[in-house]
Amino acid sequence: MGKTFSKPEALSDAHTHYCPGCTHGIIHRLVAEAIDELAIKGRTVGIAPVGCAVLAYNYFTCDFQEAAHGRAPAMATGIKRVRPDLVAFTYQGDGDLASIGMGEIVHAANRGEKFTTIFVNNAIYGMTGGQMAPTTMPGQRASTAPFGRDTAQTGMPMRMCELLSTLATPGYVTRQAVLKPKFINKAKKAIKKAFEYQIENRCYSFVEVVSTCPTNWGMTPQNALKWAEETLLPYYPLGEFKTPEA
Amino acid sequence: MAKVLMKGNEAIGEAAVRAGCLNYFAYPITPQSEVAEYLAKRLPEVNGTFVQGESEVAVGYMIFGAAGCGERVMTTSSSPGISLMSEAISYIAGARCPAVFVNIMRGGPGLGGILPSQGDYFQATKGGGHGDYRVLVMAPDGVQEAVEMTMKAFPLAEKYRGPVMILGDGLIGQMMEPVAFPEDLTVAPSNKDDWATNGMDTRKSTEKNLVKSLFLDPKQLNDHNLTLKAGYQRMKEEEVMFERYNTDGDYKVLIVSYGTMSRVCKTAIDMMKQDGLEVGLVRPKTLFPFPEKAVFDAAVKESCQHVVSIEMSMGQMVEDVERSVKGRRDVGWYGQCGGDIPSPEEIISHIKSLLKS
Amino acid sequence: MAYEHVIDDERCKGCGLCVDVCPKDVLEISGKVSPKGYFPVFQARPDDCIHCALCCTMCPDVAITITGTADENKKEKIKET
Repeated sequence: MGKTFSKPEALSDAHTHYCPGCTHGIIHRLVAEAIDELAIKGRTVGIAPVGCAVLAYNYFTCDFQEAAHGRAPAMATGIKRVRPDLVAFTYQGDGDLASIGMGEIVHAANRGEKFTTIFVNNAIYGMTGGQMAPTTMPGQRASTAPFGRDTAQTGMPMRMCELLSTLATPGYVTRQAVLKPKFINKAKKAIKKAFEYQIENRCYSFVEVVSTCPTNWGMTPQNALKWAEETLLPYYPLGEFKTPEA
Repeated sequence: MAKVLMKGNEAIGEAAVRAGCLNYFAYPITPQSEVAEYLAKRLPEVNGTFVQGESEVAVGYMIFGAAGCGERVMTTSSSPGISLMSEAISYIAGARCPAVFVNIMRGGPGLGGILPSQGDYFQATKGGGHGDYRVLVMAPDGVQEAVEMTMKAFPLAEKYRGPVMILGDGLIGQMMEPVAFPEDLTVAPSNKDDWATNGMDTRKSTEKNLVKSLFLDPKQLNDHNLTLKAGYQRMKEEEVMFERYNTDGDYKVLIVSYGTMSRVCKTAIDMMKQDGLEVGLVRPKTLFPFPEKAVFDAAVKESCQHVVSIEMSMGQMVEDVERSVKGRRDVGWYGQCGGDIPSPEEIISHIKSLLKS
Repeated sequence: MAYEHVIDDERCKGCGLCVDVCPKDVLEISGKVSPKGYFPVFQARPDDCIHCALCCTMCPDVAITITGTADENKKEKIKET
């Protein structure tokens, strides 16, 4: 009984700036574990977003580019088109991907660009101080929705997996979560599968990860995990929405 | 060297291929869509990469990603599209990646018109995007120069590790002229292992490279900007290009004009010369770095009474001309920017009215 | 094979997520502040640890590692620096 556990090589030794209990750290580790297990660090280029993960390039030990807000899928397109042998992944939050970057992600997915996107959905804007995101839930408070999100004015939250899975171009689209170890293990498998599709040059791969933001939700890390499971998962259900085989 | 009759837009596309740039990302916009149409057919012939992006915004960042990997890359657009790319140009300059942009200018501001203009001089030379960056800007006067400048742009972008822009206009894009592709302008790409995210395996290194423009520490950001500035200073010392026309004699008026507008000015100068009126021309070929000394030297010639900047705009380069002349002569402007190009007769009429005043 | 459970109290931000997932109620938040200003976690009941690594899985900061060691008597210790 028992097992060993160590930091993956693709993760640097740096102490992250993320808040205590922020799930970015878990997701970073899962990506790094996949990179290690697939032995691709020497040909991987990550693309960091604008958001809390803007400094993600300090936490990985592979090549990294820093994108303008929302434009990582365009940069990844540039990379994959000129160096198809490199493994490229974008790591993006709700504002980066579902707000300003909506055009870029939809078109990259529709073109079937062979890179991988890790989409961190925590239903709020973290780095800039808790503003409403396209993924903020109805009634959820944010600094720019101080009375709670009013869907009559702002519409309903956007479900990116569902949206991208309607594209006719084949792809791998899945929603995972990191709210407890059972989910984390599944998320790890999905992330690795996403990278494998890229290595096979098969299709575009998209892994949405339901996450928490204790600081801007105004909760303890533990309560944030609970709230995410109770309130986010029913609206953002986990599972595989599209695989290239289907 | 064999010459071939080509439309400017297509020649610019071919020039990129001849310069060893086989990667092109672009979005259609009049009057330069023919570059994309030409390269869509041509690049597969050389195993190159052609991508029509979903917008100029996206294209600017495709260029950034590809340039960050150390590959030669080019895009072409026209005025409003260059506005959309301006943020990306700032990022590319800040992250110090080589990339070539071609602006085939059309009327503005806003949707403007689809006919030629020179209305993006400010945008190109003073920065359409944010921050302390400059772009090396070359302005061809016809299809042959457009070809040569496009071919030169790639090694220049690599020398300075930044964006280089070819500032053409709708005339150059659309007209057909005989053109040759000089082989000695094909320069092999430089080694990018020092900085590019081309994969650690490719570099046989265990150290990662970062392509980024964020420096949260104020000293680091200042130092970074000093590095950029040193590059721009070196551009000013090493890359200024200009042409003098009819400046040997005692000209009464000095015209400063660039691009296709300068060709009309040359015709006007020849016509005036036949009537015994001497007018000289300095034609900047690099708009940044601007040929300040050449303009100053030509302006302060004893015979010269007036300096006039003739542009297809409401007067943008005229400010650099004024700055270069340092108050030693009156500097004026003449031009139109709706898409009609001033004729030699209109220019002659303006010069004569200057001399009467 | 015996295991050594190591908590790096400079990486630990005291978020407490590991405390909740531990199936054997081994972990608690310590009262001693770390050099970073956090109250890191420690093994209050180290003998109950089954080295299942659920705490490692849940930790966002890779503050907990488990090494395999031949010495069965090795006990858990908080790394001192």
